[in-house]
Amino acid sequence: MKTRSGQSRPLLPTALAAVAVAAAITLPIFGTSYLIDVGTLVLVYVMLGLGLNIVVGFAGLLDLGYAAFFAIGAYTTAYFMVNNHMSFWLTLPIAACFTAVSGIIIGGPTLRMRSDYLAIVTLGFGEIVRIAATNFNFTGGPEGIYDMPHAQIGAFVLRTPAHLYVLGIAFSLVVLFGSYNLSRSRLGRAWLAIREDEAAAQAAGIHPVYYKLLAYVLGAIFAGAAGSFFAVKLTAINPSSFTFIQSVTILMVIILGGRGSLPGVILGAAVIVILPEVLRGIDQYRMLAFGVGLIVLMLLRPQGLWPSRYGRIEAREVALSEAEAHAGVAAGASAADSAATGASS
Amino acid sequence: MEIALQQIVNGLTIGAFYALIALGYTMVYGIIRLINFAHGDIYAVGAFVGFSTYGLLALLHVESPILTTLLALVVSMGLTGLLGTLVYRVAYRPLLHARLSILISAIGASLTLEYSLLLIYSPSFLVYPHLFGRAGPSFAGVSVSWLQILIFVSSIVLMAAIYFIVNRTKTGMAMRALAINQDAARLMGVNVSRVISFTFFLGSTLASFAGVLTGLYYSQISFLMGFLIGLKAFTAAVLGGIGNIPGAVVGGFMLGILESLAAGYYSSRWKDVVAFAVLILVLVVRPRGLLGERVVERM
Repeated sequence: MKTRSGQSRPLLPTALAAVAVAAAITLPIFGTSYLIDVGTLVLVYVMLGLGLNIVVGFAGLLDLGYAAFFAIGAYTTAYFMVNNHMSFWLTLPIAACFTAVSGIIIGGPTLRMRSDYLAIVTLGFGEIVRIAATNFNFTGGPEGIYDMPHAQIGAFVLRTPAHLYVLGIAFSLVVLFGSYNLSRSRLGRAWLAIREDEAAAQAAGIHPVYYKLLAYVLGAIFAGAAGSFFAVKLTAINPSSFTFIQSVTILMVIILGGRGSLPGVILGAAVIVILPEVLRGIDQYRMLAFGVGLIVLMLLRPQGLWPSRYGRIEAREVALSEAEAHAGVAAGASAADSAATGASS
Repeated sequence: MEIALQQIVNGLTIGAFYALIALGYTMVYGIIRLINFAHGDIYAVGAFVGFSTYGLLALLHVESPILTTLLALVVSMGLTGLLGTLVYRVAYRPLLHARLSILISAIGASLTLEYSLLLIYSPSFLVYPHLFGRAGPSFAGVSVSWLQILIFVSSIVLMAAIYFIVNRTKTGMAMRALAINQDAARLMGVNVSRVISFTFFLGSTLASFAGVLTGLYYSQISFLMGFLIGLKAFTAAVLGGIGNIPGAVVGGFMLGILESLAAGYYSSRWKDVVAFAVLILVLVVRPRGLLGERVVERM
């Protein structure tokens, strides 16, 4: 595969990616059940990261309450499987509907606003969903919903960690494939245009609110699917999985990996899940390291670990335009100086 | 009616806290258009510094409640103010022109402060000294504690001081100039970075003042105490019109009263939902807030 400049890709990342893919495939065969569980959790964050990536990475909207959609998906699946003895597969379209509708309800009126207001509204929405899940009776209150049946394919029950891991791989591949196609489609280019310059995009005939809403709703549906999978994996859910910190963690997956970059999101998900597992010994310093790491990352590498191609182009152009602006200001200032000295002499 | 009046009295107390914290949000937002996520945690740090000061004074056998409280407030406001400036210099200043990155950096700063408090102090609640009790006058069946009166009056005095600083001093003029046009202000000789630092200092002192007083009022503090109240104070700032100083005060008191009424008449478990629902409604119906001017999306 060739990059735009015609050079072949650097060897090391390609080799590492190949090793990672090999590890992902052989994990259910050779891994212990603990390792498989960690792998499955990585897949959950891959799905969540890819979903949020549509909202934040492609469309450039900041969502700080993404865990709300994750929660809605998980609770929908758990509720119908426990109370209506519905099959796992039937709950998926219901979860998609619920998350899509809530995405429209919350996104419809708010996507017209200033983008940082949107961040706050989504944050508030995330808290409302969590508090509601804690206080309602049908969600099981603080204990949540437990004793869920396992998912089945025909008569085959998905019970062991390895089964769930394979299911997770299937889900992740669907989500990855969808994201990839979206990023290459007309829709993806419209989002990119909005993200880069909303006014110019509008002038080119793109309706910003409509496309933003589409990104928001699609992101919500992805999170709902991730939530359904999460619920059937754990067979028990409670509100503590859907806090603000969860939303921030998902956001970190994509910021860490590189906004808009699909391999970056996968890398970010792996780092976010595996690093804390490795750091279990210093558990109490984990969140502190998280916080400091976020600041340092933003200061040193604002584009993420594996930035998307567009991100790199953008960064270069911003640097260029800033250099021009500085030159302009300097020229203006020296002109003003000479004018001042001219006046005084 | 008595319930309503009682809840309004309580709401005015909580509203004073919201208003004090909201002022910090609104000043920073007005000048650099940043939602300072770490501001709620600055408030928590203020409460903890006050806690340490009380502890130190108790060791030194300084007993007078008024003297210790005064000292705790002064020490906490000074140190926390400096911390706010430090956070700005380290985490925000290099990113002033990167809108998304600076928000992430602010979230990072918030987590850093929270979990530093956890590691330095304790993961569980700490008990603040009981200095003022619950005694106080009562009017027509509505009881008001002296502490509530102290909180209300001192907050109003502080807010008036802020209003004076922003509207009647040279630094205040520089702050307002920055809010309108940073480049023009710089060309007029305003030391931009210093004025922004000073804004962070002012906002942080107000937050730490609220932190010490909430410690006294609720008599317990925890490392996560700043998260929710920070969110709601931001709500208050948006409610009043972000960037607008009287707006933050009005929004703070309104939110406090609204929330207390919701807790009194419905259920305290849902009071946070009321606060966030109000936020979303206000942003949808009147995005510029009650007293705010129209803000244009920055290009």
